[in-house]
Amino acid sequence: MNVEAQRISPAPIRKSLRVRAAQRKAFDTFAGAMGSWWLKTHSLVESGQKDVIVEPRAGGRWYEVGNDGSEKQWGRVLAWEAPDRLLLAWQLNAEWTYDPDFETTVEVRFTEDGDHTIVDFEHRDLDRFGANAEAVRGDYDTGMDGGWGQLLENYRAMAES
Amino acid sequence: MANQFAALAEPMRARIVETLAIRPMAVGELAAGLPVTRPGVSQHLKVLKEAQLVRDRAEGTRRIYSIDPAGLGALRAWLDRFWEQSLAAYAAAAEKEDKK
Repeated sequence: MNVEAQRISPAPIRKSLRVRAAQRKAFDTFAGAMGSWWLKTHSLVESGQKDVIVEPRAGGRWYEVGNDGSEKQWGRVLAWEAPDRLLLAWQLNAEWTYDPDFETTVEVRFTEDGDHTIVDFEHRDLDRFGANAEAVRGDYDTGMDGGWGQLLENYRAMAES
Repeated sequence: MANQFAALAEPMRARIVETLAIRPMAVGELAAGLPVTRPGVSQHLKVLKEAQLVRDRAEGTRRIYSIDPAGLGALRAWLDRFWEQSLAAYAAAAEKEDKK
């Protein structure tokens, strides 16, 4: 491997969807009502997920609320530009725990398209998981099995059914 | 880790890893579902195996490939499927909200 190749990062996750909703609704549903569509199984609270909150301002918190009122922080808001753009810091590391010093970026853009809205989604800076994953490699299997790893199994079951 | 970044930066290899995240598959199955030849898939799998992103085992005369759960590829593949599912749920919610 040459020096150039070592600078290559894993490709960002990109998704683009066309939603049959006005731009404002599309933004509000994504950012302002995340708990209404977030899959309840994708949760870090032990009491079950009640809601997911994205505070509507730069510097705000992005967190999950459990049925018992407990909270688990996931990250923070880097930019809140309703109804055009939302920039979030995903701060759950490869161990699926919140780490204030760890940060990957989730960017969502909303573009009006007649009575539809184009939603462009990107989760990037995934190379930062790599540095982290290497450091926690020994714990990784355990973390995946004990935490969100079970969800991967659920996905597999769904995909195969 | 640098090897894994380079291995995943190639779009077809990233797709192979995502496909194997659904379930383990033989080379022929992978080639049938992707716009790439069987020798092409084998070449990509060789690179992915060297980067410890996938692993293989013998099953009769076939080799079955699966993602290496200890690798970054497993994490990326998981995230990709995670967002795919979540955004589908989001789109349904936004369209329902818009009708109100």
